[in-house]
Amino acid sequence: MLDKTPSDGPDAAQRPEADTVGPYAVPITLRVNGMTHTLSITPETTLAQALREQLDLTGTKIACDRGACSACTVWLDGAPVCSCMVLAIDVGAREVTTIEGLAAGEALHPVQAAFIEHDAIQCGFCTPGLIMSCVALLRRNPRPGEDEVRTAISGHLCRCGTYPHVLSAVLAAARAAES
Amino acid sequence: MPEDVRTRSYPVGIAGVALGELERSVPDDEAPPLPPNARLNAIGRSTPRLNGPAKVTGRATFTVDVKLPGMLHARMLRSAHPHARILSIDTRAAERQPGVRAVHVIEHPLGRANEIPSPGEPDAAHRRVRYVGDPIAALAAVTPQAAQAALERIVVDYQPLPFVIDLEDARQSDAPRVFDRPVRTEFFLGPAPQLPQHGNVHGPDTSASRGDAAAGLRAAELVVEGEFRTQVQTHCCLEPHALVADWRRDGLTVYISTQFTAGIRAELAEAYGLPLNRVRVVVDAMGGGFGSKSRIGNYVLAAVELSRKAGAPVRLALDRREEQIDSGNRPSTVQRIRLGARRDGTLTGVAIEAYGSAGVALGASVGNFAQSIYECADFALEQSDVFTHAGPGCAMRAPGNVPGAFAYEQVIDELAERLGLDPITLRERIDPSPLRREQRRCGAERFGWSRRQPPGSSPGTLKRGLGMAQSHWPALIQINSSCEVRILRDGSVEVRSSVQDIGTGITTVLAQVVAEELGLTPQAIAVHIGDTDFPAGPPSYGSRTTASITPPARNAAYRALRLLMQVVAPSLGATAEGLIARGGRIGTADGSRSITFREAAAQLRNDQISAVASRSDDYGGFGRRMGDAAIGRMGLGGVQFAEVTVDTETGRVHVERVVAVHDCGRPMNPRQIESQVHGGILQGISYALFEERILDRHTGQMLNPNLEQYKILRARETPAIEVHVLENYQGNSATDAYGIAEPSIIATAPAVANAVYNAIGVRLRVLPMSPAAVLTALGRVPSRSAPP
Repeated sequence: MLDKTPSDGPDAAQRPEADTVGPYAVPITLRVNGMTHTLSITPETTLAQALREQLDLTGTKIACDRGACSACTVWLDGAPVCSCMVLAIDVGAREVTTIEGLAAGEALHPVQAAFIEHDAIQCGFCTPGLIMSCVALLRRNPRPGEDEVRTAISGHLCRCGTYPHVLSAVLAAARAAES
Repeated sequence: MPEDVRTRSYPVGIAGVALGELERSVPDDEAPPLPPNARLNAIGRSTPRLNGPAKVTGRATFTVDVKLPGMLHARMLRSAHPHARILSIDTRAAERQPGVRAVHVIEHPLGRANEIPSPGEPDAAHRRVRYVGDPIAALAAVTPQAAQAALERIVVDYQPLPFVIDLEDARQSDAPRVFDRPVRTEFFLGPAPQLPQHGNVHGPDTSASRGDAAAGLRAAELVVEGEFRTQVQTHCCLEPHALVADWRRDGLTVYISTQFTAGIRAELAEAYGLPLNRVRVVVDAMGGGFGSKSRIGNYVLAAVELSRKAGAPVRLALDRREEQIDSGNRPSTVQRIRLGARRDGTLTGVAIEAYGSAGVALGASVGNFAQSIYECADFALEQSDVFTHAGPGCAMRAPGNVPGAFAYEQVIDELAERLGLDPITLRERIDPSPLRREQRRCGAERFGWSRRQPPGSSPGTLKRGLGMAQSHWPALIQINSSCEVRILRDGSVEVRSSVQDIGTGITTVLAQVVAEELGLTPQAIAVHIGDTDFPAGPPSYGSRTTASITPPARNAAYRALRLLMQVVAPSLGATAEGLIARGGRIGTADGSRSITFREAAAQLRNDQISAVASRSDDYGGFGRRMGDAAIGRMGLGGVQFAEVTVDTETGRVHVERVVAVHDCGRPMNPRQIESQVHGGILQGISYALFEERILDRHTGQMLNPNLEQYKILRARETPAIEVHVLENYQGNSATDAYGIAEPSIIATAPAVANAVYNAIGVRLRVLPMSPAAVLTALGRVPSRSAPP
């Protein structure tokens, strides 16, 4: 139930601490790839939609929209999540990292470079999500075995069948970082 | 032939096995013969994908990422009934919804069989919907949410009709009819011959039969029989079917996730009576098609119609449920095979009776596998389509040959066992292909085929088995394939064609081909493709892209370079014929005088020189011509070996290792070829073990219209895969290159099935080989169809 007085302004009831928001658009702030953005979104908007439609960060892909394929994987405070299963309004102060935030300027992240080197790409639609999970794996486990890489990407669906080259790319990137 | 013809010598044979030379008479303006890959700089190397950086950073623009100013969002209304007559459609309330800009009612749906109207009969006064998900209407609004909300205000008055979902039920004479009258198909397969139609059964098509199969079977010393069943598989492209249609007064532009820009343009021009020069079709990055994004469909025409009505660009992307129920599928099959042989293995007669269902479409074929792969003069194939109230099938990676090979290669495996022959030994006797002979030898050695034990002899509950199977696919070529190469005055080079890169890597291969000819590096070549403003390229289906577009790309580069050499020859004190391009320089063959490619281009009088080339005929001639397409004289082969474990307590099959040996003429980019073969094998394992569209026979609803309950192989189920590609030269074109996508999936399911048989000693003739199917075959659980 909206309970607001004129003096509160139109946004008062839409702040996160209010009991109820919507159905109309709500302003939120999102910290994405080190930048802070103010957006106006309807409460049912997923993080994936907000990134793609409002911030034009279209590297994050939506394929199933139900958390079944992991194409939309981004990081929340460094942890990979399916952004189609997170409401943008629930992100709060957490830092969002997308595929666009991975490379440092023109310099690719070593995992991105390894994906090219090992041809761990075919159509490329699942690729950004896969890379987000693989980089997150190496951040928490710099020397994974093949089985750990399989586990890290077990939620991802690649219809073209890049898995063998994804495995070799990630293992090679880990070895390169070690030496 | 207007051109002069010249006799030239081409490398022919398998590199490392038997490489010879063959004289060919070829048109004079063809680029000269290429030596084998070992002597080349760019072709045959694993050049990293040129669009790799865009794809790994998220910069690549897929169709779903296209955003135009003022763009509207469309959604489609689909039938909730498997069969109903539409008595009325009221769109007035929807049109009044806030944000709605246009509404379109679909009157003549595409992509399925259609009844041939009787003369004098009113043309379908009331449309019928024939499957759950059959599109009825579409509307465009300012946001996707507004479109979805308005869709629910369209009022449809349905008169539900009896329906039939199950294939066997549909074959009965008293089954509800999907079509009351004879049908024609407007879609894949082209104009089909008129076949008999009784009830829901359309066929049989017996056009592949030859000789007298019955006599051949009577003459046999041994007959092997089996009935095989394969399921419906859905394409599951990760990028959905999507487009942005932008209808303007001066022409139509369509951004679309497609396998064939030039084909979409031709179909749209025909549909709207527009000249080709008023229709432009564009695709940049493309998120998977596997056969399902080859033609225009109802969603395409709906978006174009909405854009025309609304006067604004319209985006339409299917959601995942729509993808599963109405974007095509690989049809089911039931195949009864009788195969007769003599004691020495010679096939005396083969009779195959097949039927299957592509739902409301035609095309449930077993392909040309059995009729083509082994020698047998007396061969009969009778195949029929059975209509059901289910979403239309369409081409899917190696259509027909995938289910066809699953059945036939198991029958051959069984014949070998009954004859007491090793499966490879039997194939040595009945397979005329010299390529596959080498592939069997190479694969058996690398796989360790000699480890194979007698069927069912593996001890314990976790049983191990080895199996092999073969692949056959015709070498298809799109003759209507053109490519332009431009050399610009600053020394940069462009390749332009409407051919699209659907993830197979043709972008990189085109750069390699042109770089080889011009003596540059692939990274120096800008490849502009996926746009019908460029010369019309081939489709990316049928494993024909590389075979069709690389020869014109090389010939165009060759001709553009000739023009450049004529310009610079005087400054080098030489004739153009005496110059060569190598290592970024143009100079005399002896290397005494040369200038850089950039210096040469700077001598151009105009900003650019350009040459356009089109696909010439294969130098050795085609096997067959069919409109814009042709079939090469030699098919594409492949042999695959699989090692599996079968848990006889849980019924789980796990594929541990696959060795695949293939050929695709001259291999252009080995690592990209390996990627595609991985894809074929993994899709083949997924088809063999996991995937199945499940329709509820009581409601016609798909029960797993998602990517969660529709099971697909992922990383955990991925085996170790070794790919070996033969270099097979035939001297047939300027590049001598062929495709690999389809040959790589055909042998997988039967290789796995033969390995499962080798493990447990019981043959699985039904797909998918799920735990339930394995336990049923082992007699551990009652059959699913048996009464409780």
